[in-house]
Amino acid sequence: MIELIDVHRDFQVGDTVVHALDDISLTMTRGEYVSIMGPSGSGKSTLLNVLGLLDQPSSGEYRLNQRNVTTLNDIEQATVRREQIGFVFQSFHLIPRLTAAENIELPMMLAGIAPLERQRRVRDALQRVTLTDRAEHRPDQLSGGQRQRTAIARAIIMQPSIMLADEPTGNLDRHSGMDVMEILEALNQSGIILIVVTHDQDLGERARRKIKMIDGKIVSDGP
Amino acid sequence: MSMPTADYLRFATVALRSYTTRTVLIVLAMALGVASVIALTALGEGARLYINNQFATLGTNLLIVLPGRSETTGMNPAAMMGETPRDLTLDDAEALLRSPYVRRIAPLMVGSVPISFSGREREAVVLGTTSEMQPIRRYTLAQGQFLEAGDASRSGSGCVIGSKLRDELFGPNNALGEWVRVGAWRFRVIGILAQQGQTLGMNTDEIIMIPVASAQALFNSPSLFRIFVEAKSHEVIDKTRAEVRSILTQRHQGEEDITVITQDAVLATFNKIIGALTLAIGGIAAISLIVAGILIMNVMLVAVTQRTAEIGLLKAVGAPGKQILQLFMVEALLLSLLGCVIGIIVGVVGTAILRGAFPDFPAQTPTWAYAMAVLTAVGTALLFSYIPSRRAAALNAVVALARH
Ligand SMILES: Nc1ncnc2c1ncn2[C@@H]1O[C@H](COP(=O)(O)OP(=O)(O)OP(=O)(O)O)[C@@H](O)[C@H]1O
Ligand SMILES: [Mg+2]
Repeated sequence: MIELIDVHRDFQVGDTVVHALDDISLTMTRGEYVSIMGPSGSGKSTLLNVLGLLDQPSSGEYRLNQRNVTTLNDIEQATVRREQIGFVFQSFHLIPRLTAAENIELPMMLAGIAPLERQRRVRDALQRVTLTDRAEHRPDQLSGGQRQRTAIARAIIMQPSIMLADEPTGNLDRHSGMDVMEILEALNQSGIILIVVTHDQDLGERARRKIKMIDGKIVSDGP
Repeated sequence: MSMPTADYLRFATVALRSYTTRTVLIVLAMALGVASVIALTALGEGARLYINNQFATLGTNLLIVLPGRSETTGMNPAAMMGETPRDLTLDDAEALLRSPYVRRIAPLMVGSVPISFSGREREAVVLGTTSEMQPIRRYTLAQGQFLEAGDASRSGSGCVIGSKLRDELFGPNNALGEWVRVGAWRFRVIGILAQQGQTLGMNTDEIIMIPVASAQALFNSPSLFRIFVEAKSHEVIDKTRAEVRSILTQRHQGEEDITVITQDAVLATFNKIIGALTLAIGGIAAISLIVAGILIMNVMLVAVTQRTAEIGLLKAVGAPGKQILQLFMVEALLLSLLGCVIGIIVGVVGTAILRGAFPDFPAQTPTWAYAMAVLTAVGTALLFSYIPSRRAAALNAVVALARH
């Protein structure tokens, strides 16, 4: 379960302070499917980064599964990211020199999981994103949709409870975009919290809960 | 659970392979440094061995006795009372033959005296000694014979001269059998030394050797400058030294007023000096490794900049800063190890080629040089990659991910 309590995130830009997140409080529970929409610069990515422990709130508290994670040190936060959170980025962020299978394997390698177990899980994940026949391809040998599916496989390989997707279809055509959304939604069906930031009205409508942000504030939140 | 070493190595290998030019460049720089440490110290060590061999040809198993104590331990009552040490005499020298370890002895007197032949005159170093000096110092003769064997206490009139002295006194004419004037005395040239040049600080080409008893008369003094002692074998050198000491101490009423130096001791000093030089040369070569280290730092800084997005991703999938630091440092470690391997191969092959080209010169890398090269290479790689790696570890994940 996710709880944000009075969260602020300020950026000092020159003399002025930008309130990227301005007093955000929200709760999300297991199995929720949330879309975050709003104009450019409204703080959507910043909110996702705070939720993913990539960024720290300037003030306020972030509780993840009843635990205050705002005060954790670097190693503890890394552990939370590794075990609880999956990221899907607009630009995929695959490591170009590694094959699809190796990219998917990466979080497990960093976690020190035994090679045999890794192989088994990579095989399952590849199947789940229907890329079994592309396992040994490097990112430059994959289409955009295949790349994003590889990234999703990597995001789920540690069986996280939260999936954070920042414009996951932003670089994809409509068709591969739908493929990607269907895979993410299937994950959500199995209980994962799915949070999708998007500019696409139609995609946003697919979520059961829709949050709208403007100037760092939540202006509407509902079904 | 922590990431296994094999995975660190694999991740680093793949990364290094994807930046071929850069990797080759650094490995080359490292290899060059390591190879030069190995080759240059091989030269130094070769010089040391070469000198040792030279010493061996001078006569092995040699001990030299000189009057006076050089290693004074504590107070010396004789010195305090202004006494000079007792002289070394011919009888002292001959007494040493009592020792079963001594093969032969030769006394030595040294002085500088004007020498002349038919109007030509020059100053020369006169050595007073016996026939035994020839085998001890391995003198070879160009012409004639060495000093006559016989009773050392009897003076004689035969002399042996160095090749340069011969040229200066006699020019192109025959010297053998001629009489030369040495101070107020006259000696007949019975032998001419083969050209030998500088050995142990004395140029034998410019000396004249006369019987020791004649030298005593010439210099009007009974005291010897040195006694050369040849032990029967290298194994008994230490025993010989002890015996020489005890015989002479006994003869000098219990006063140990002589010094015995062995060739081993002289060699040890030489070895120490050349060893230090070799170390210095190796150290200078090792500095090139530090230059390679700076190269590593620059290249790693570029790598961190180029791979910023990758670092952000690693953080997003759960790598703490410490692990990212390690990932990058393992890359530097691999670079330096690869450089070491190639450098050692090049250095060893280069040294072998050198040995082939100059068989007289025993070029040979001392073991410590390998250790020094490898430790310096790995040490500088780790040291200089620390700053870039720490920079990678400290990157802000959000900012890093925004770059691609
Ligand atoms: N590192 C930063 N330094 C300074 N200002 C920042 C930084 N990151 C974000 N901001 C500011 O915070 C505000 C929110 O940025 P954010 O990226 O969250 O917007 P967004 O809603 O994701 O926009 P977009 O739809 O364009 O992606 C913006 O005004 C942005 O300029
Ligand atoms: Mg954004």
